[in-house]
Amino acid sequence: MDPLDRHRLTAEVVMLAEKYGRTRSGLLPILQALQNHYRFLPDAAMQETADLLGLHPVEVYAVATFYRFLDIERKGRFMIRLCRTLSCDMKGKDAVARQLELELGVPFGQTTPDGRFSLGWCNCLGMCDHAPALLVNDRVFTGVTRESVFNILQGCRRALSSQVAPGRLEGPDVSR
Amino acid sequence: MSAGRNRLPTFAALIPGAALRRAAAVSPGDIRDAVRRSGLRGRGGAGFLTGVKWNLAAAAGGQEKYVICNADEGEPGTFKDRLLLSDFTELVFEGMTLAGRAIGGRCGIVYLRGEYRYLVPHLESILAKRRTKGLLGREILGVNGFDFDVEIRLGSGAYVCGEETALIESLEGHRGEPRNRPPYPVTMGFRGCPTVVNNVETLVLACGVAAHGPEWLRSVGTEDSPGPKLLSVSGDCTRPGVYEFPLGTPLRDVLGAAGGSDAKAVQVGGAAGVCVPRSQFGRRLSYEDLSTGGAVIVLGPGRDMLAVARNFVEFFNDESCGQCTPCRYGNAALMAGIEKLEQGRCSISELNDLLALGETMQLASKCGLGQTSPNAFRSIASHFRGEILGHGQGNGGGHE
Ligand SMILES: Cc1cc2nc3c(=O)[nH]c(=O)nc-3n(C[C@H](O)[C@H](O)[C@H](O)COP(=O)(O)O)c2cc1C
Ligand code: SF4
Ligand code: FES
Repeated sequence: MDPLDRHRLTAEVVMLAEKYGRTRSGLLPILQALQNHYRFLPDAAMQETADLLGLHPVEVYAVATFYRFLDIERKGRFMIRLCRTLSCDMKGKDAVARQLELELGVPFGQTTPDGRFSLGWCNCLGMCDHAPALLVNDRVFTGVTRESVFNILQGCRRALSSQVAPGRLEGPDVSR
Repeated sequence: MSAGRNRLPTFAALIPGAALRRAAAVSPGDIRDAVRRSGLRGRGGAGFLTGVKWNLAAAAGGQEKYVICNADEGEPGTFKDRLLLSDFTELVFEGMTLAGRAIGGRCGIVYLRGEYRYLVPHLESILAKRRTKGLLGREILGVNGFDFDVEIRLGSGAYVCGEETALIESLEGHRGEPRNRPPYPVTMGFRGCPTVVNNVETLVLACGVAAHGPEWLRSVGTEDSPGPKLLSVSGDCTRPGVYEFPLGTPLRDVLGAAGGSDAKAVQVGGAAGVCVPRSQFGRRLSYEDLSTGGAVIVLGPGRDMLAVARNFVEFFNDESCGQCTPCRYGNAALMAGIEKLEQGRCSISELNDLLALGETMQLASKCGLGQTSPNAFRSIASHFRGEILGHGQGNGGGHE
């Protein structure tokens, strides 16, 4: 996937446009799928999408920058987002944040030099009964402690070395 | 959590399929009439009468009509829709199908927050199951012209997209910026067509009404707030989780059940809601008194109330779409005020100015986000004035 293969990218955007429709309503699902695949929206991907849907690239950019889960800058293989809203705040999100920074050696808002992990914040994940909660890509982890931070990161590293799809992370089950 | 199920007696007693079988046997007008007479009010927060909404959409002209299930559940402290979507999934889709029948719509869309993406495989499997059973698709239950199907669409981490017109903008592929209302979605919604937007819980309760009649809902709750309400309880309590209570229940009873009776205060309704001090725990959760989408955040004896206010104001600064000045500028100004309070440098006249600004935001903001954003700060500043003014001055206060 790196360096970006323009032909593959074009083919993928075409495939997505067929799936979600070449209409404006298809824009968000297409961007979401691209984000999922590349972990961010490369300029070329936004350009291709704009061409296919008959939009000005600026319009695609305007949509991409509105939504927190769409990134226009390259992010790590694993995007970690820790909830900072009240219930998680009261249940020790600061301790979890410090531990994440310690383990990864970068502050919130940054990506590790090896390109594996990015740290960021998010707002209430709807898991307040099992606070504190965080997201690793699409995967939710709840009741996170200093100790489980280490285990979550180890799970990510194992997933990378065994080429498991990032959506198939091991770790505690998502609570319903 | 499935263990929470037995805390939800009314919901657990509903049997999937029952509402649709009744609905297939009566006219769409009869369904709407039952919902109207039940007095069911929207569970997403605003409390609009569901029967009235469905009647308006039914009366609106147009070929295509849409039913949207608002599963954006972004209000801080709210997670009851997560439970319905995972454990009462069939009833959610059944409620949508019922609404489709009632208004004459064939297309349903679940707008699911991106944070709940992990639920998608489960939701898709239940949709497939219902198609096989003839409860979705063409000629549902063999009724000629009763066609309905459901599509799942995802949000991407924007609280404002829970607001119904922003949600529609997002579905149409735009930034999630709220529209001016009117026109309301019931007349001009998704793709310009009449659209009913309902909360997940509202749709499930509509199933109960269709299956058992309006009196079923009215058998609990109050005259103006009939039925049960799901509450998401979190914070400083020993038994956080989802609870079912009749509307009209005093806050005190909820705290007792969740193990939070020693609370200093409770934030009811999430970031958009109000902070209720201990002296008012006798107040009732209902549309007449403490109106809520169901978030109950318990604040224990030692909590710093200014830190609570700060957390919420940060939230709104982060989530404001920035489209209108009262909300964009107002929340930035509230943040600056809170910083002054934290340093013990805010005079009483400055605090009064902040409260007046909050009032302006409530009146002049374009959508519910801006209108409700000063609620938490204003209620905390009124009930804990001494505490927040004494902040940073070596005077913890801590009294109402
Ligand atoms: C900022 C904002 C966020 C909202 N978020 C939600 C939400 O996540 N879920 C919801 O059902 N309603 C939400 N609403 C209310 C919706 O606009 C709408 O009133 C509701 O979905 C109608 O459904 P109901 O009548 O069944 O409650 C939100 C409103 C605002 C202003
Ligand atoms: S009130 Fe806030 S969120 Fe709503 S339209 Fe205005 S700026 Fe956007
Ligand atoms: S406050 Fe963190 S999940 Fe709700």
